[in-house]
Amino acid sequence: MNFLLSPEQLEFQTTVQRFLDDLCPATRLHELFDRGEHDPALWHAMCELGLAGIALPEAHGGAGMEMIDLALVAETLGSRAAPGPFLGHALAGLAIAWGGSDAQKARWLPALASGEKLASVALAEEGGWQPEQWGLSGKGGTLSGCKRHVPFAADADLLVVGLADGGLALVERGAEGLSVEVENGVDRTRAMATVGFSATPAERLEGACREVVERLRDAALVLLAADAFGGAARCVEMAVDYAKIREQFGQPIGRFQAVKHQLANMAVEIEPARGLYWYAAHAFDHVPADAARYAALAKAHLADRFLQVARDTVEVHGGIGYTWECDVQIYLKRAMFDFAWMGNPQEQRRRIHL
Amino acid sequence: MDLTYGAEYEVFRQEVRAFLERAWLPHAKLAKAERKAAEAAFRREAIEQGYLYRAIPRQYGGSEQKPDVMRGQVIREEFGRVRAPMEVPGVGVGMLVPTLLECGTQEQKDRFIAKTLTGEYLWAQGYSEPNAGSDLASVRTRGVLQDGEWVINGQKVWSTFAQYARFMFAMVRTEPDAPKHQGLSYILLDLKQPGVTIRPLKQVTGGEEFCEVFFDNAKAPADWIVGERGKGWQVSKTTLVHERNSFIGNASSSQALYDKLVELARSTFLNGKPAIEDAVIRERLLVLEGYVASHVYSSYRQFSMTAHGQHSGIVGSMNKLISTQIGHEVARLARDLMGDNLLIAPPPEGTRGAGPEKWNNQFFGSLGVAIAGGASNIQRNIIAERGLGLPRDNGQEAGN
Repeated sequence: MNFLLSPEQLEFQTTVQRFLDDLCPATRLHELFDRGEHDPALWHAMCELGLAGIALPEAHGGAGMEMIDLALVAETLGSRAAPGPFLGHALAGLAIAWGGSDAQKARWLPALASGEKLASVALAEEGGWQPEQWGLSGKGGTLSGCKRHVPFAADADLLVVGLADGGLALVERGAEGLSVEVENGVDRTRAMATVGFSATPAERLEGACREVVERLRDAALVLLAADAFGGAARCVEMAVDYAKIREQFGQPIGRFQAVKHQLANMAVEIEPARGLYWYAAHAFDHVPADAARYAALAKAHLADRFLQVARDTVEVHGGIGYTWECDVQIYLKRAMFDFAWMGNPQEQRRRIHL
Repeated sequence: MDLTYGAEYEVFRQEVRAFLERAWLPHAKLAKAERKAAEAAFRREAIEQGYLYRAIPRQYGGSEQKPDVMRGQVIREEFGRVRAPMEVPGVGVGMLVPTLLECGTQEQKDRFIAKTLTGEYLWAQGYSEPNAGSDLASVRTRGVLQDGEWVINGQKVWSTFAQYARFMFAMVRTEPDAPKHQGLSYILLDLKQPGVTIRPLKQVTGGEEFCEVFFDNAKAPADWIVGERGKGWQVSKTTLVHERNSFIGNASSSQALYDKLVELARSTFLNGKPAIEDAVIRERLLVLEGYVASHVYSSYRQFSMTAHGQHSGIVGSMNKLISTQIGHEVARLARDLMGDNLLIAPPPEGTRGAGPEKWNNQFFGSLGVAIAGGASNIQRNIIAERGLGLPRDNGQEAGN
């Protein structure tokens, strides 16, 4: 029995944390947030650290690690509200690793693992997030239709697109009939776009079946849960730190029992959920019977918790918490992304068998 | 990460199972009258095997095993599976024995520990008073050393099962002129004496578990003080630490409670179909499942930390509040599933064949959990001050 991170995992998490604190401190974070666009410099630095290919096979230039390792990175990125295309890129790579032919893997994975090429996933449609709700047909080697909320679609070299028949297809940048309309997303650390296809040439991922697509969804849910845990835990830290320095009535507000209890409640909501997202990530690779259930449960639970604790953190900060210049607003918006992307908590719970 | 026990402990599990088949299962179905003697005999054998009282030296009746939380967990699981008797429940084994081992004199250890472990000596706790609840250090019960014995006057309250207990460990003010926390002593006394009056209190459930205890010149030998005069606060804190520890591992009871609630939802009809198919009930159950699963896997992590010699940190101080809140939510959901059965008084705890009104016991009991062993708002203070490092309240005096 050892439900703990290995020394290597802890060390890697610390490395990523320090890297982000150096490269993306609050001032830079606010700059990038205001711009709301892809920042190739920050992303390339992340790729140099190895974040682009963590769970991709070693044979194709990845690090061959597991979902828990990928999730630990997602947690750390969440804790620093790090802007960038990590989520969509990681998912696209996994989809190709699981569903691609040898030729497709050989062609794309090394470039995705190194970060030389940027990829993303196009999943949601007007009908919904879940594969059974997709209507985009891939018959005849071309796509016609629309996908929404595609992370960093404007900058991606490659899109992995979900199809109505339970398959996946690849569409390259500049393909005929491909249009990208940037969305005015609330979370400006993760830019999104609506992607239109009009008889757009697409290449099917040859091995992508229903099972691969469902696994892709579960991977997305685990990574969102991890991101939400990181962001939520950081919110608790920010609220506690602020309550220690902000003085009113001649004393730190954290001495007032009303504030103290609010902070204790926030911590109690978040800290135990670390175990839940860890288990969801662990089950993803090691406990097949639990994988889908715990991915959905973890995403639902953490998305709810993050959103609420981010709201509480605004409240603890008072007026300053309600300003654009306060870091907390960025976390609040990350929480909104984690809440809704890939289907909100109620939607996840509806899918769980009781 | 590895959530299995590994080969060594699976071998150990088989040993425990074989032992239980031989030593417990023949007695499992005995009638109440014969059961007591069978339990005592079984405990003796289990101690001999090293399965119970593992941290307690053999000279005091324990089994003196090398610390190994994994073995401890395997034993709990296997004994629990066949409902074999574990260590004698109650504050004697849970609180007094660890305190004596840490702070008691040789004579006190020799006199009390072994008979407490067998259940021959039952203990009551004498901490709270009518005016000393969460603010425990303000106890007023007085102890004066006169002619070689303590003479005790005052009143204790919420002493669970004092009506059945032989002894009490009590916080008594022996140094009235010292500051609040430095005037207390931890004294043992015999409850079967003329100066002690015990009055059980009827609880919200209708049952009688806790008592008021009145001292009118009650006596205790001079050497029944544990630790030094005026050090009772520190001594009691070792006990409170043990009490809090006894709540760790409560995640599995939260899980068991949740599973029963899901069963209730399955067997209850709402608008002509099983309640579990109702969208609102399903959503609420699964929200709760998120909390229960967090509690369970957080406990695995804490357990792993303990097994690997690490301190579990802030989350350890959260366990009681977490399971309390799960209990509250279970009560809310059960209330909505019970319908008109909420109107019916619950049968005594554990009555066989009782209807859904038995959930009223959980409805009440979840409130008891919120109060006993450090009320929820005290838990929040502890989490905020010791865990999050927030400044202490001005109203609280220093001392702990």
